[in-house]
Amino acid sequence: MGNTSSMLTQYDIEEVQQHCKHAFTQQEIVSLYQRFCQLDRNNCGFIPSDEFLSIPEFAVNPLSQSLLRMLDGFNFKEFIAFLSAFSPRSTLQHKIEFIFKVYDTDCNGKVSFDDMLTVLRDLTGQYMSEHQRKEVLAQVLEEAGYTKDSFLVLSDFMKILGNSDLKMEAEVPVD
Amino acid sequence: MNSSGVLKSSSSELDLDRPNIEDYLPSGAAIQQEPRGKLRLHDLLDISPTLSEAAGAIVDDSFTRCFKSNPPEPWNWNIYLFPLWCFGVLLRYLIVFPTRVLVLTIGWIIFLSSFIPVHFLLKGHDRLRRSIERSLVEMICSFFVASWTGVVRYHGPRPSRRPKQVFVANHTSMIDFIVLEQMTAFAVIMQKHPGWVGLLQSTILESVGCIWFNRSEAKDREIVARKLREHVQGADNNPLLIFPEGTCVNNHYTVMFKKGAFELGCTVCPVAIKYNKIFVDAFWNSRKQSFTKHLLQLMTSWAVVCDVWYLEPQSLKPGETPIEFAERVRDIISTRAGLKKVPWDGYLKYSRPSPKHRERK
Repeated sequence: MGNTSSMLTQYDIEEVQQHCKHAFTQQEIVSLYQRFCQLDRNNCGFIPSDEFLSIPEFAVNPLSQSLLRMLDGFNFKEFIAFLSAFSPRSTLQHKIEFIFKVYDTDCNGKVSFDDMLTVLRDLTGQYMSEHQRKEVLAQVLEEAGYTKDSFLVLSDFMKILGNSDLKMEAEVPVD
Repeated sequence: MNSSGVLKSSSSELDLDRPNIEDYLPSGAAIQQEPRGKLRLHDLLDISPTLSEAAGAIVDDSFTRCFKSNPPEPWNWNIYLFPLWCFGVLLRYLIVFPTRVLVLTIGWIIFLSSFIPVHFLLKGHDRLRRSIERSLVEMICSFFVASWTGVVRYHGPRPSRRPKQVFVANHTSMIDFIVLEQMTAFAVIMQKHPGWVGLLQSTILESVGCIWFNRSEAKDREIVARKLREHVQGADNNPLLIFPEGTCVNNHYTVMFKKGAFELGCTVCPVAIKYNKIFVDAFWNSRKQSFTKHLLQLMTSWAVVCDVWYLEPQSLKPGETPIEFAERVRDIISTRAGLKKVPWDGYLKYSRPSPKHRERK
């Protein structure tokens, strides 16, 4: 505990809370700040992607590469905004937006066949051949009413994932 | 084949369940017209379990926790206790510390003045020389322990000198070795350190029969394995002490044991060490402080309190692999010392997990 919480004033905490639309309580923000300081070893105000890779649990995650792309050079506000999708208080829409961003590798608001293939490749690795993956993806897309060449936008994702209860949460330890 | 309904669950085996899709492929062997659980676009796009895991790791992960030094609760914060604490600080730094330095210096003088002559004069009489050197090393370690006012309680039968046996212990700090050496002269296997510690290693510890390794050298492992085997065979050598974690952990957790110590074909005697943090935290956070600073910190605190348990010797059970054996011994040590087990390799402190691990996941 000690001196880290004194570097974060009440104003800072409230500002961050506003920024993440109250997804986290003030206690959680303080805990996350400690975590941020722990990861930001050189005290430069942002976390280089290397640091995330030094967490073994993160590095062995199949989607770590895609997430790293999104995580690079984060300062604390962006860090909190990133994690806010995983708060139990965030809306389903917010979570779906997050998933969309993971898929949208070139950040142009559209998810192509290749984007989906990339994520599928990360998840299945050597368990499926490239050909099998393309087959499966094409088949499933067709069934849902899309073609191989169609681009999915956020509203499509909302439609597809919207009427389920998506469980995407990470617990913030509060001591 | 597990049911394909499982694809929707929040288990992290999402990718391992993927083989279900092979049933679904038009070109696959078993073409199911109506598979039991239809794979929909929704299931394919739902990567939330994997993402939750990743976020969980970012927020808090068990590996970093192993190496966190937890500062003790400050108790000196009110008007009555604070002056008492200040008085204690003065006492510790101005009276106790110099006394300890004096004690240590006397110890070193006695040690060196006996060790050097014995080492050179009794060159011919190996047995006698060895036994004297052994008692001298035990003595200097007792001096070290006294210099931090170490209160060590030993439980269990004292180690005996027998061939074909190896001692393993959990590792918190370099002083683990000194605490154990005080009771019995062990031969230890350590990382070669720079500076004055390295000097100590090459001169004095050589006489008790220590083995060096270098983490950064790749070929090192085979050489070390060979040296270990040779040492254990010799009846005259001191019993070998190994810290299979490979690195210092903060005494609340144990990381995975390296199997090297368990493949030597001898009985393994586990030793559990637990430090009481009441006066000082004995965990040497090698990323945060050098060994000298760590020693000074120990010498300026009131006492170092710890418990050492010598546990029942274990042998490889028929049909057990060395890795399972290592895990079983780790279990025994962790239970005895009240530590939590963590499934990570200590060496990840120094390097990244290879892409192989990611593939496997």
